[in-house]
Amino acid sequence: MRETEVLVVGGGPAGLSAAIEAASFGAKVTLMDSDLALGGQLIKQTHKFFGSKNERAGTRGFKIAEELFKELKEREENIETFTNCTVTGYYKEDGVVSCVKGEDEYFHVKPKKIVMATGAQERIIPFPNNHLPGVYGAGAVQTLMNVYGVVPGERVLMVGAGNIGLIVSYQLMQAGVKVVGIVEAMNKIGGYWVHAAKVRRLGVPIYLRHTVKEAIGDRFVEGAVIQEIDEKFQPTGNEKKLDVDIICLAVGLTPTCELLWQAGCKMSFVPQLCGYVAQRDKNMRTSHPDIWVAGDAAGIEEASSAMVEGRIAGLGVVKALGYGAPEEIQGRLEEYHMRLADLRGGEVGAKIREGIALCSVESWEV
Amino acid sequence: MDEKEKLFNSGILTGERKGAIKPPKELWETKKNGLVVIECPQRIPCNPCHTSCPTGAVKPFEDINDQPQIDYEKCTGCARCVAVCPGLACFVIDLTWGAEDKALIKLAYEMLPTPEEGQVVDCLNRFGEPVAKGKVVKITEPMKDKTLVVHVEIPKDLVMDIRAIRVV
Amino acid sequence: MKLIEKHPILEYKHGRLVTFTFDGVPMQGYEGEPIAAALHANGVKVYRETPIRKQPRGFFCAIGKCSSCFMVVDGVPNVRTCITPLREGMKVETQRGKGIVKMDL
Repeated sequence: MRETEVLVVGGGPAGLSAAIEAASFGAKVTLMDSDLALGGQLIKQTHKFFGSKNERAGTRGFKIAEELFKELKEREENIETFTNCTVTGYYKEDGVVSCVKGEDEYFHVKPKKIVMATGAQERIIPFPNNHLPGVYGAGAVQTLMNVYGVVPGERVLMVGAGNIGLIVSYQLMQAGVKVVGIVEAMNKIGGYWVHAAKVRRLGVPIYLRHTVKEAIGDRFVEGAVIQEIDEKFQPTGNEKKLDVDIICLAVGLTPTCELLWQAGCKMSFVPQLCGYVAQRDKNMRTSHPDIWVAGDAAGIEEASSAMVEGRIAGLGVVKALGYGAPEEIQGRLEEYHMRLADLRGGEVGAKIREGIALCSVESWEV
Repeated sequence: MDEKEKLFNSGILTGERKGAIKPPKELWETKKNGLVVIECPQRIPCNPCHTSCPTGAVKPFEDINDQPQIDYEKCTGCARCVAVCPGLACFVIDLTWGAEDKALIKLAYEMLPTPEEGQVVDCLNRFGEPVAKGKVVKITEPMKDKTLVVHVEIPKDLVMDIRAIRVV
Repeated sequence: MKLIEKHPILEYKHGRLVTFTFDGVPMQGYEGEPIAAALHANGVKVYRETPIRKQPRGFFCAIGKCSSCFMVVDGVPNVRTCITPLREGMKVETQRGKGIVKMDL
């Protein structure tokens, strides 16, 4: 059986950062991602990132991914990478992980430590005909247009005015696609105000207190009906039919946590972090002594903080494996914790701070 | 909730707010090359406007979530922040530009088609409605990262309305 | 193929153009890119039909997690076409129902 010191599940911003950090202290790392390319959602982001210089603020997401790939390359003697390889199970009895490369090559890995950086999956909301092709997750639309250069459609209704809905609307316009409107059930946009201002000044209406009532079409989306709702989310009777061929759902993400459940990690349902998340200590270790968590899998947040969390988890792992000088590791940890606190310091970070307080433990040591 | 607050909640700036204030009138009217107008009315973790400012006009942030504060005396209208800001929330407006009834706005542009110098474009307000025609005077790419800074001559009475262009 | 020809920020690097078939119809796509993306570029939106209500399903999550884009590829059903790379000569078919695995025992 294949053996490794550190298995990192997921090659997005958190997983890449964890792998790089762990390898920088000499640990042997295996990095697996189910997608065809590494980088997770980062490679689809054409907008410039927020944060400070440490988070490469002002640099576009896909460029940050390129920088991470460069770091990965520099550590390649310590990092073995698998793409198109899905981790399908964790066996509690012996700590063995099962994987499928492509659709048919099945194999096992036995790692000493695991970082679960499995990311998130798109939520869907119920409405008639939501099954129709043309109702796509926002991440999928980004993949089509920003990774593969495929025109997703002609006219788009965006559902949700969080950061993803706002950013993807802007990206659709960059790809030459018409965004007919954005509906948001709340009475306020959920994403950064500046992202909303960007799309509004290019003529995209944002309908607050509106939701999608139904998709129209037989084999695929040929239109949508949106409706106004009141503060109790009940329809007011005001409706509008929109001529669209894509209904893009940006109604939130939920952490991908199946492997954490399988491993028996203590889990908490934390609405602020958008679902079930593993309880963790300050350095992202779960209740399972060999498993760490980082990024959206630990609670839905931003790529900037996912990268820092990944670094922290990577350090936690090398510390447990006995690599590196304790003072150096401690110094780096302190710096990363400061960065995280900065990123979460604002108004938008308040929810995250609350959520993390609900699933954090001081220490797993008895 | 009043109409103004509703609009603000959907991404339209209404009036002045912390992080979105006009430069002082007298200095603005006489400052060659213009002054920065930042529209960043929400506390978010972001500071490239400060770190990229070559003259220190965007004051240091105590907390990265602070909204930018500007020392207008130091602002040279160089538009580096316009090119860098991830929120595309920085604009430079030069009231000394051209004829009496004209002004110059320097804004970020990341769409297609790319305008050309001398071209007449639609100038859009915060709702994306065309409110005037404007002439593109100059196009730069300060960070060499494909964010263009487009200098457009616009009617002076619309400097607090026009915030985007559409190339037609 | 409906591709984005010009983008203000991105430059697309496509691989080799290859031919595959969708329900017997020859189509072109880029080698190594997801089958689902190639189909979408060719205007194909319906990838499978559900077992009972025969409802159409297509692209949805693009990360191999939602099952919406399952198709029969080279005779193998339930292939996650959003994360399966396109190869020359692939035979891609609409999946109707659950899909049957042919086993040579």
